[in-house]
Amino acid sequence: MAVSVDEAVSPGPTRQRRPATRRFGGGRGRSVVEVALLAVLAVVMLFPVLWMIETSIKENRDVYAVPAQFFGFTVTMDHFRDVFIAPGGGRSDLSVAFLNSVLVAGVSTTLATVLGVPAAWAYSRFAVKAKKDQLFFILSTRFMPPVVVVIPIFLMYRQVGLIDTKLGLILIYAAFNLPFTIWMMKGFVDEVPAEYEDAAMLDGYTRLQAFRRFTLPLLVPGIAATAVFALIFSWNEFVFAIFLTSSDEVRTAPPAIAGLIGGTTVDWGLVAAASVVFALPVLIFAYLVRKHLVAGVTLGAVRR
Amino acid sequence: MAGIEVTALHKRYPDGTVAVKHVDLSIGDGELFVMLGPSGCGKTTTLRAIAGLERQTTGDIHIGDTLVNDLPPAERDIAMVFQFYALYPHLKTRDNLAFPLRAEGLPKAEVRQRVDEAARLMRLGPLLDRRPRQLSGGEQQRVALARALVRRPRAFLMDEPLTNLDAELRADMRTEIKHLQGELGTTMVYVTHDQVEAMSLGHRIAILNKGRVEQIGTPLEVYDRPASLFCAAFIGSPPMNLIEVEVADGKLRSPGGLALTPPPGLPRDRRLVAGVRPEALEVTEPGADGSVPARVVSAEWLGDEIIYVVDHGGGHDVRVRMPPTVRFAADAPVGLRHTGGNPTVYDVSTEELVA
Repeated sequence: MAVSVDEAVSPGPTRQRRPATRRFGGGRGRSVVEVALLAVLAVVMLFPVLWMIETSIKENRDVYAVPAQFFGFTVTMDHFRDVFIAPGGGRSDLSVAFLNSVLVAGVSTTLATVLGVPAAWAYSRFAVKAKKDQLFFILSTRFMPPVVVVIPIFLMYRQVGLIDTKLGLILIYAAFNLPFTIWMMKGFVDEVPAEYEDAAMLDGYTRLQAFRRFTLPLLVPGIAATAVFALIFSWNEFVFAIFLTSSDEVRTAPPAIAGLIGGTTVDWGLVAAASVVFALPVLIFAYLVRKHLVAGVTLGAVRR
Repeated sequence: MAGIEVTALHKRYPDGTVAVKHVDLSIGDGELFVMLGPSGCGKTTTLRAIAGLERQTTGDIHIGDTLVNDLPPAERDIAMVFQFYALYPHLKTRDNLAFPLRAEGLPKAEVRQRVDEAARLMRLGPLLDRRPRQLSGGEQQRVALARALVRRPRAFLMDEPLTNLDAELRADMRTEIKHLQGELGTTMVYVTHDQVEAMSLGHRIAILNKGRVEQIGTPLEVYDRPASLFCAAFIGSPPMNLIEVEVADGKLRSPGGLALTPPPGLPRDRRLVAGVRPEALEVTEPGADGSVPARVVSAEWLGDEIIYVVDHGGGHDVRVRMPPTVRFAADAPVGLRHTGGNPTVYDVSTEELVA
């Protein structure tokens, strides 16, 4: 008989297998408490997500139903259609916002990676004057939350005409992601022995060729992980986006979705559907780099 | 093949650290030259400057007749073996060996022939189709050596190539490297912090300390007449006993009364330290002829020899190397006498050899 997951944790057979002498029967008691606790936590964590998904496929009258309907409502995909297609046909504002988000997040991440990886390599490989101070300075630009710097940025952007432009958002996101990219990539570059480059240089390559041909390929997993972090930051960013952009053609998805709320009536179904569409890429990317997400958190914590 | 001349080498990093203060080396054609010193003494930086991986701040480097100061590493016609082997992880042994040759653009047939030759020399036949991570540390190091060989360079540079191997393998590889260098007759500059390696390998040894050369000489010269207190303390295991002495009645006398024959040409009116190797002393029965009274502080039984630490009054304990047949218990009263020839004598203030 195939053993299902449920059976594996079911208390029945477990009791017989456990030695009776076990103190307080602690093993089983603890596992039940653990499972219960984790289940409660899972419900608390997942409820908003599930509710969002549910709302996105409910008819509007079911959304407002009291008592709330968890099951047995009519499933509809209208809200998802509304996310992409305007009521009169043609592109909706939300779909434009999504495209803007893809563009802004993609280009700013690329920019941060293209600038950050060589910088990290240089900081890792070369003796630079006041290296630690420079690195600390780079990190210090991330000490403040965006909301602290948004006013000065706004004033400067107004001077140079970057207000309400995608380029403005791209630049500020790249600037915010660059310190992160440099620090995280420096950790990855440090892990690649410098001897590969030395050996390649003795074999007739220039320093840059040695970096490109030998170090860079070994860095690809690190670059992917770092880029995904940067991508998620740019994708989710709200404060700069709402302060620095105003027109529908430039706006990214977070302020666009927020903009759906606040009229006399709120189309919660549309908000939920837009949020689902918005969350999907992040979920997919986070799943792809889940190993590195943990590695990134513990980077440098363990000496090999 | 070529000799290597290093003249007034000085290396200062942008952050202000001075790795090499002043180094002059004259390495002969076909010589196995060892640079020995503690970590941070500048030996690796000197080697990397010779390789062209670091640019010296001032000073000249000649390989053969060529001034190589401004040549990139690849044009210096040298091969280097690293502590971490630096084999390309994505390439099989065969391709790792062929890599530098292909980079040079040699024809396929010649590449194959040279790879086979190097593989035969380093006995790599069965390993040719494996990748680096499928090789043991010793095998990786043999591949790294072979990779240096295929180039047929004018000189080999070795940066602590045996440090990551375990003791037994290290001894084997030492023999292999020495044999190989003898057979090929190629100039080799070998950097290590291990004095046993330096003594057993080198035709000549340069002892470096704090970015300066303290002494250059054959292993025996370096062992018999260390040029400075640093060299005296660095070479030998256990190290030389450094005993403060005074000149009295035509003898050098330690505070504990041990009498040493003074070497000729001793300067007067200076504070002196005599360097006495542990094997130039002898532990005897108390009261033996020519001995001073002493006491055994501790004894290390090494099997083939015993190292006694002996207190003969006057502050510093001395170490004495004795055959395993001469046994004294710890704390036993004994005699101590000098049996070797003239000790080396150093000036306390300049720390240099005076006679």
